[in-house]
Amino acid sequence: MSTVTNLVYLLAAVLFIFGLKDLSSPRTARRGNALAMLGMLLAIVMTLFDKQIIDFTHIIIGLIIGGAIGVYAAKTVQMTAMPQMVALFNGFGGAASALVAYAEFVRLSGRPGLDVLITMVLSVLIGTVTFFGSLVAFAKLQGIIRGAPIVLPLHHLLNGLLLLGALVVGGLFAFDAPQSSLLLIVVVISTILGILSVIPIGGADMPVVISLLNSYSGMAAAATGFVLSNSVLIVSGALVGASGLILTEIMCKAMNRSLANVLFGAVGTDGGGAAATAERRPVTEYTPEDAAMVLESAQSIIIVPGYGLAVAQAQHVLHELATILMERGATVRYAIHPVAGRMPGHMNVLLAEANVPYDMIYDMDQINEDFQNTDVALVVGANDVINPAARYKKDSPLYGMPILNVDKARSVMIIKRSLSPGFAGVDNELFYDPKTMMVFGDAKKVLTELVHELKR
Amino acid sequence: MTASIIVSIYIFVLAIFVGFEVITKVPPLLHTPLMSGSNAISGITIVGALISAGAGHSGLSTILGTLAVICATINVVGGFLVTDRMLEMFKPAKKGTDQK
Repeated sequence: MSTVTNLVYLLAAVLFIFGLKDLSSPRTARRGNALAMLGMLLAIVMTLFDKQIIDFTHIIIGLIIGGAIGVYAAKTVQMTAMPQMVALFNGFGGAASALVAYAEFVRLSGRPGLDVLITMVLSVLIGTVTFFGSLVAFAKLQGIIRGAPIVLPLHHLLNGLLLLGALVVGGLFAFDAPQSSLLLIVVVISTILGILSVIPIGGADMPVVISLLNSYSGMAAAATGFVLSNSVLIVSGALVGASGLILTEIMCKAMNRSLANVLFGAVGTDGGGAAATAERRPVTEYTPEDAAMVLESAQSIIIVPGYGLAVAQAQHVLHELATILMERGATVRYAIHPVAGRMPGHMNVLLAEANVPYDMIYDMDQINEDFQNTDVALVVGANDVINPAARYKKDSPLYGMPILNVDKARSVMIIKRSLSPGFAGVDNELFYDPKTMMVFGDAKKVLTELVHELKR
Repeated sequence: MTASIIVSIYIFVLAIFVGFEVITKVPPLLHTPLMSGSNAISGITIVGALISAGAGHSGLSTILGTLAVICATINVVGGFLVTDRMLEMFKPAKKGTDQK
């Protein structure tokens, strides 16, 4: 690589870092993304001037096909489908890294150094696992295969053996005989490992899996950087790897699970909470008309949206309701739990799409102290994240999970189809609290009725 | 171990620290665009893919390289565009209409 190329790559890496830094505020985020794009463009253009490239035919074909698919996917994807889209993109990133490392092996003449061989194996291994793991995550989120965990006998032992096998064969390749047959065996084992490691994970745990795959795709790029001794790949891969790890940790904490528990636990096989719902207690049921009157007289309202809201496609009508209430002089804010959607930050995007201004949206930590001074906490499609049992009930699977302090509000209004428990299969005592008003029905239908009542 | 691999490891470790510093400052509000955007950045593998596809060494390495270019381009183009599409939707409240 020439000095100029290297300096341009350095500039690209700096632009990536500035781009990520700009994501610290919604005001600058779009500029940040543009900076990162510029960095990528510079790196690509510089590479095209590389003397090693003698034939542009395949490059142009690849850029056109990939570009067309990328543009089409990015322009048409629904915001609710963002998790599977990101999973798929992660997968392609991983695949690209593995392919480049493999191509480099095919291309090299003579025996490369041990360091190159080791990182080659790692790149192929991580990249392939990322690709096939992402495909399974995509299929689960898209509903192509069922979301419930699929567990084989001795599943985790099998996965452990597969990983060990890949490392042993990879070790033979690196230290003993760098033959393509051995690298191919690594590819095959990694393929099986990628599929088997995501297939036992339930739909509700997908936020963790996507974050982790995000991190893997970064690690694969970094490993390829080692193979090519290309610093911009190493820096970018490390940045993405770190980002994915941070998000994985945040998601695990918000779901009250350890990473090991998500990966090996296969929790939520099916509703284990049947016993908990057996006792029937009275609830305070409100009709939409009564609920509208309560909202009308409320001075301060905090709305707690959950994934059920997105399933019902009710974001727009919810914000219509919020706007009417604000016009009547009430303070309305949205409180978002970290796992409110199907991936980190998902609910915020869904609300932004419904034209909710971001300064009305508050993270759990920002707003949790304010519930006690709030007239009505309006819960739509959320359940486990507001269950007070998480605070004190030591035998509950939710115990220790951070929750929104909805129960501290002066009154609570919950729009829900029925009293059925959430993902954790745990009954929610908040439903039976005397200050809780239950409004039963489909979120979109109920919210539309509320809007209708308030407009009269 | 050659000297260059040591330098590479230095770069890798320091970049992870930079990543942690920068990314912990991203608010949960923007975590989805962070994921799709950082994902696009991991498509930087494209620079390696371009060389594999264009160096014309052997049939196999060209095929692998071309596949890599396709995958990486989907990742880069799709990732940046979808991030931009999301970020465009994040708007502050219009002055005077709400949030008194």
